[in-house]
Amino acid sequence: MTWSVLQIVFVGVLGLFAIGLYGLLVTRNLIKIVVVLQILVKSTLIALVLAGKASGQINLSQSLVTTVIVVDTVVAVIALALAVQVQVRCGTLDLKDLSKLRG
Amino acid sequence: MTVESSIEVPGVLYFIIVINAVLSALQAIRASRLLASAFWLAGVSVWTSMILYLLGAPEVAVIELSVGAGLVTVLFAFAISIAGEATLDLPSLIPKPLTWVLFILVLLLLGWLAWPVSGANPPLTEPAYADVLWGQRSLDMWMQIAIIFAGALGVLGLLAEGKSPIRKRPQQPDQEVEP
Repeated sequence: MTWSVLQIVFVGVLGLFAIGLYGLLVTRNLIKIVVVLQILVKSTLIALVLAGKASGQINLSQSLVTTVIVVDTVVAVIALALAVQVQVRCGTLDLKDLSKLRG
Repeated sequence: MTVESSIEVPGVLYFIIVINAVLSALQAIRASRLLASAFWLAGVSVWTSMILYLLGAPEVAVIELSVGAGLVTVLFAFAISIAGEATLDLPSLIPKPLTWVLFILVLLLLGWLAWPVSGANPPLTEPAYADVLWGQRSLDMWMQIAIIFAGALGVLGLLAEGKSPIRKRPQQPDQEVEP
């Protein structure tokens, strides 16, 4: 069986998505969760370009990917800022410890 | 312009790049130190940008390379230097069997839905990237400006780590009034 280029890349998208999904389910560290989210978004970026290539509208997919990159970066910045503030105020980055906190 | 119009890239190269991206992502998840995890994530960004370039999207490949492998990595290093390294070998909150069931279910559904689409390869007959970006999606650009402003505020939050949330004011003895 011969795979096309798009099918090879699609398997890579599935691999990255799988790793991101698994990491999101098992990770408890706040900063590590941001890393995992970044991996998930990268798989989505490739999937968007792949869809554009498969439908013959790669420039439209590029404009969408530009928006996704900007939003993803801002999400990372704000999430990291929140994680740092949580570490400064509560002294932990563990989700389980945070869920036990009572105001 | 597409890459394939000028250079014929062999499928083996795609395979090698995809494998490297997946392995880098795996290392980013498995790394025991946060800083190492951030650097492996930068590696994922590099391989991702190479895939995007080879697929015929050079504009976003450059943006991904500069933002994903550059800016975000610096932000991670900065945040980790403030927050410090923490223990990463904590057990999962979700039971492992449930994790694997969800994992396999999502992968099977995604593969089943999207695999037929990846076989298509129609000719590219659409306007240029700049026309699409500034003509068809100009509203997105305005939204992105607003979101970048929110990101700038987020950076201010990141830099405000030195301020303690609650500070008791020291009592000044000269202001105490005796009854």
